[in-house]
Amino acid sequence: MAKSGNVFDIDRLHQYVEFMKENDITEIDLEQNGEKIRLSRSGGVMPVAASTPGPVAAPTAAADDDEAAEPDHIVTINSPMVGTFYCRPNPESEPYVQVGDMVTAESTVCIVEAMKVFNELPAEIRGKIVAVLVDDQTPVDVGKPLFKIDTSA
Amino acid sequence: MYKRILIANRGEIALRIMRACKEMGIETIAIFSEGDRGAAYLDLADEAYCVGPARSNESYLKIDRVISAAEVGNADAIHPGYGFLAENSHFNDVCRNCEIDFIGPLPASMDQLGDKNTARRMAREANVPVVPGSAGLITDNAEAAKVADEIGYPVLIKATAGGGGKGMRVAKNAEDLETALKQAAQEAEAAFGNAAVYLEKYVEEPRHVEVQVIADQHGNVVHLWERDCSTQRRHQKLIEESPATNLPEDIRTAICEAAVRMIANANYSNAGTVEFIVDKNHDFYFIEVNARIQVEHPVSELVTGVDLIKEQIRIAAGEPLAFTQEDIGPCQGHAIECRINAENPDRNFQPCPGTIDHLIIPGGKGVRWDSHVHAGYTVPPHYDSMIGKLLVHQPTRKEAIATMLRCLDELQVGGIATTASFHKKVLTHPEFIAGNIDTTFVERTLLD
Repeated sequence: MAKSGNVFDIDRLHQYVEFMKENDITEIDLEQNGEKIRLSRSGGVMPVAASTPGPVAAPTAAADDDEAAEPDHIVTINSPMVGTFYCRPNPESEPYVQVGDMVTAESTVCIVEAMKVFNELPAEIRGKIVAVLVDDQTPVDVGKPLFKIDTSA
Repeated sequence: MYKRILIANRGEIALRIMRACKEMGIETIAIFSEGDRGAAYLDLADEAYCVGPARSNESYLKIDRVISAAEVGNADAIHPGYGFLAENSHFNDVCRNCEIDFIGPLPASMDQLGDKNTARRMAREANVPVVPGSAGLITDNAEAAKVADEIGYPVLIKATAGGGGKGMRVAKNAEDLETALKQAAQEAEAAFGNAAVYLEKYVEEPRHVEVQVIADQHGNVVHLWERDCSTQRRHQKLIEESPATNLPEDIRTAICEAAVRMIANANYSNAGTVEFIVDKNHDFYFIEVNARIQVEHPVSELVTGVDLIKEQIRIAAGEPLAFTQEDIGPCQGHAIECRINAENPDRNFQPCPGTIDHLIIPGGKGVRWDSHVHAGYTVPPHYDSMIGKLLVHQPTRKEAIATMLRCLDELQVGGIATTASFHKKVLTHPEFIAGNIDTTFVERTLLD
């Protein structure tokens, strides 16, 4: 590993990626001068995205896995029950989440109402909402995809 | 009349109910587990909701999810089919409390008839014969001898804590009684830690004869004759037919009228089946009531022309029965049903889930096939193994057997094993042809 230099240098990042693969490391957080980057892999190398304000070009690492259909880091939250989907806590409020929001495992993402009981659903994973897949007040059943979350964000 | 019905079941009975609803102009909501996702019959419903993973207790048996599906789908009523929640009086209650009609009897009727003791008492009160037995547990040999004399030999000594055939002994006469009592008690003590026994009349070579009854909510009760379901293996029915062969007409009438009395006295409404055992002397005894529609209901539909599922829906919606007992008249012809299961009869009936890559269904006059399977369908491993019901209806039993044998030859199910070959063995057996069958027939003659 290089001992000095720009952490975010593209060649450097490739080295990190190789290092992670060889040593089966899942995640590396890097910080330099207030800028942070997280390299995260699950069984394959994923492209990285910087979680800082400034636009940082996200180098796409030499991925073993193709990024076909859906990359591994995009996960869907599915309904665990049958009921009616509500995107907001009550008619006057803003939706619990919108595209672009970050959520943690405990964040409430929606309500599924069944038999007059309003069940707040937690995200159960950490990441950024990249899609809301159902309309407000529509019926959902078990397994119905509700949200897409980017877990690498 | 209902606008929408949710069908709380799967497979062939779900399809059966969907068909009745469609013909009545009623919309249908299907439910399915992940194990049934993609099944073709689901496309015939107006809406379908996934209620959970493949395992029944995580999906079809989840009352909250079934009710939720009924609510989001705006169902007016739920038809529970058979099995699953069909005889669950709590589910019945929940439906009604949620202002969804349950297509079946009231919860109280279900509970009463579901308790064997209560059902026996109700049978006695309705002048319906029950298997004679001791009033309670036997306390000593003298009492046993007295009871045995009253009910008549042979007697069956049964462990009260028993099960699986353990702690049971038959005493053929008074001399055998004391030894048999001791043996039964010893076995019961060893197996269950409880030596207490009671006595029942031992019905030799019993036939299983059940009566289809249907009652509306206005006090009208009609029977649709009996079905003989004696061809069984390990207490699972394989073949059912109507009418019961070699039973004199007056006995058949007496059994059916007893069933009507039982249902009428119990304030029962909707479809139900009253089960009896019949001994070789043609004495019959009440066993239990099945407070639901049954697998073999099409047998009775064929010999009476009644659509039982449509009647169930109409009754639940408050309409009176569409016919009287006089309208039904005698059994029309003879009907036989063979349950086609995804099991290998050459391997001890081992279940064979898998994909049906090829399917040819028999046809012709008097043939009915009730099934949800098709070429390309994968039989899931999570549920019962029945893939279809093959039924025939002809003017005589002899012709019905000939048609069924032809159909079993025509039926081709590629990719999985089925019990079709076994049914052929039964239907060509001289004892079956002669109509000399009882519930021990299969195990005695056809299995090694």
